[in-house]
Amino acid sequence: MENLLITILLTSIPILLAGTGELISEKSGILNLGVEGMMLTGAVSALGSVLILGNPYAGIFFGALAGILISFIFSFFTISLMTNQVATGLGLTIFATGLTGLIGEPFVGKTIPSLPKIEIIFFSEIPFLGAIFFKQDILFYIAISMIVLVHFFLIKSRFGIVLRAVGDNHESAHSIGYPVKKIRWICTAFGGMCAGMGGAYIPLVLTPHWSEGMTAGKGWIALALVVFASWLPFRLLLGALIFGGITILQFVGQARGWPFPSQFLNMLPYLVTIIALSLISIKTRAGNIYVPSCLGKSFFENN
Amino acid sequence: MLLHIMVNLNSKILLKANNITKKFGNFVANNSIDLEIKKGEIHALLGENGAGKSTLVKMFYGLLLPDEGEIFLNEKAVSITNPKLARYFGIGMVFQHFSLFPALTVTENILISLDKNFSKKELENKISDISKKWGLSIKPSKKVNELSVGEQQRVEIIRCLLQNPKILIMDEPTSVLSPQEIKNLFKVLKNLSNSGCSILYISHKLNEIKEIAKTVTILKTGQVIDTLDTKNVSTKILAEKMVGKKVVKLKTKRSFTKTKQKVALLVNNLSRTKKNLFGVSLNNINIFLNYGEILGIAGIAGNGQVELMEALSGETTGIKEEIMFEGKPIGDCKIDFRRRLGMEFVPEERNNHATVSDFKLNENTFLTFFGRYNINESFIKKMMTSANYSYEDSIEIIKKNDVRCPHENPMAKQLSGGNLQKFIIGRSFQSNPKLVIISQPTWGVDIGAATSIRQQIINLSQNQKAIILISQDLDEIFELSDKISVISNGHLSKIKNKQNISPTEVGLLMGKN
Repeated sequence: MENLLITILLTSIPILLAGTGELISEKSGILNLGVEGMMLTGAVSALGSVLILGNPYAGIFFGALAGILISFIFSFFTISLMTNQVATGLGLTIFATGLTGLIGEPFVGKTIPSLPKIEIIFFSEIPFLGAIFFKQDILFYIAISMIVLVHFFLIKSRFGIVLRAVGDNHESAHSIGYPVKKIRWICTAFGGMCAGMGGAYIPLVLTPHWSEGMTAGKGWIALALVVFASWLPFRLLLGALIFGGITILQFVGQARGWPFPSQFLNMLPYLVTIIALSLISIKTRAGNIYVPSCLGKSFFENN
Repeated sequence: MLLHIMVNLNSKILLKANNITKKFGNFVANNSIDLEIKKGEIHALLGENGAGKSTLVKMFYGLLLPDEGEIFLNEKAVSITNPKLARYFGIGMVFQHFSLFPALTVTENILISLDKNFSKKELENKISDISKKWGLSIKPSKKVNELSVGEQQRVEIIRCLLQNPKILIMDEPTSVLSPQEIKNLFKVLKNLSNSGCSILYISHKLNEIKEIAKTVTILKTGQVIDTLDTKNVSTKILAEKMVGKKVVKLKTKRSFTKTKQKVALLVNNLSRTKKNLFGVSLNNINIFLNYGEILGIAGIAGNGQVELMEALSGETTGIKEEIMFEGKPIGDCKIDFRRRLGMEFVPEERNNHATVSDFKLNENTFLTFFGRYNINESFIKKMMTSANYSYEDSIEIIKKNDVRCPHENPMAKQLSGGNLQKFIIGRSFQSNPKLVIISQPTWGVDIGAATSIRQQIINLSQNQKAIILISQDLDEIFELSDKISVISNGHLSKIKNKQNISPTEVGLLMGKN
């Protein structure tokens, strides 16, 4: 039981991280469909840097850095050149899939050391919960605390309110003197950093070797998750756990010999994604006030 | 003259624009503008759409930089490079299209526009203080999308007042308010001016300017035409200076041939639930309209006008018996069917609703008249139909209605708002309809074009056509209508004859929720 819960938690960390980043970027009005691509970039950079430097912590740093750098491509096109965000995001994912395949080629077949687990003294002694929550790796702690931080940041801090304002009405934000484009660059970079770390988590903790396209659609799930969570951080955490659970369900099913074809179990997470998105879109049509009004719209400065 | 100079010496000049010029490409939006605003003065800036009013004040608020010229504050030359700096100098601005964030609360909206940092609690107290002091009641914890337009404007004003401005710029502040709200606003503005705050008041409404402002500067095509004391000048002279020519009066002499009044349109208990959070539900709407009559529907924007228009035109459909046209139930019929019966519609949105912006005028004509051309031809010929069929019609519409085009057959987006509206209304009259429903025909249109559009409407009704006129402009409603009703929060008030209802009554109905 303990092990099962830990596995679910760990499986949900990559989508949680990527989802957190995307949430911030969408709150500022930027719909970045390149999450999958940014995660792949983070994964391959983390893996490569650990292979070269030998230290798993280097993987976190370079995964995050690579995520930020590749998000700059997206920002340059959509924010500076004002291209269509959907098309550019899709392009970014396709581009990154190819690029990471190329970069990852020499890493195939090599294994890297995992991120060490860190015990938090005292708390890890708590029976049952201690082993689940307080004997994990550093990225796990970062991901969980990030949710709390993002929640308070968005609601309480001045910059958080400005960020929401930019996503709600960029014309107004501009007219009272906020640098809309700069804020969006920063938010997209944050999204890239989180996606990069989420991607890095996969080789650093889950499967310690490279295979092409190893994120296996987690970026898309993260995107769906943000909508599912109606742009609220704590719902994002809940959603990530549900998706993590469903992903693990297929392994449990296979191990216990459930009478479903394994293909069906494999497609469960994606199926749930589609169902969740459909349900949400019905709700959205009736007027979901959490949707940032400027989501996906380019901001033209000269008027 | 001497007296004039004395006055100037006595009152301190707060803001001075000297020789300001602003160009966008080849277009000169502001051409060497001089302007002086004294301390505590309400100074009006009058001009038609496109006269350069907004461009000028955007430079005062740091949203645009002048190409030439200087701005002086308290006799010191300043360069206002961004809104933050403008606020620092004591310049506040209330925008025509509010710069608020619908998803944020009132407090949050105000918080992010202040340059000092407050905690939410502190700020909420400050907001309550200010709103009590100036009579601008508001609930700080409410989300802006739950507020009425008038309340939203209060938020904008409070936001400015919190920064103790020395000068407050107001861009067309009354265009969305009911008469009662306008009265309140004017009270606030007068109090502010008495307390020493200057106000730069932008408007194209002459009566308002006479009522509120002490001085008025008239702009036309980017140049200052004149600066006058409002006491010594009539609205007629103001209008002529603004337009640059004599204003034509409407020929409203209407021959009432009350002999045979046939019922054109009957609407019975029309109801529609709103489609989304920001929509308005229509509630038991009843309309009775004879031929030869104009029914004016007044109301503040966002009270169900759009929804009513959609229901009447057939963009949304409902129960058969809800709408009867000449005794025929058509409530479940689509727009095209209603058109063929002789109904025509002029929706509020000129671009991309009434016309396709990127289409040429003849193509736009074709879209409306689709199915009327080569109707007797074979199936194949019908399928091969082309927009060239509508070319002559389109030219005729342009000529008949004095639509000024840059060339013979421009795209819809190449016309100015007024000319496009003349085209759209002309197009709807072209097919000789029996009933025309028009929404906000002169919204954002200059006086010249507005007069000719109103004349078009009157001419049509004299030909015994039935007309429904939905408008926010009370003067327009009273000028054109025979019967008047008010839409408020999806309810339509009882239809009354014009003689039996006063503007004050209409104003009260508009403000009712």
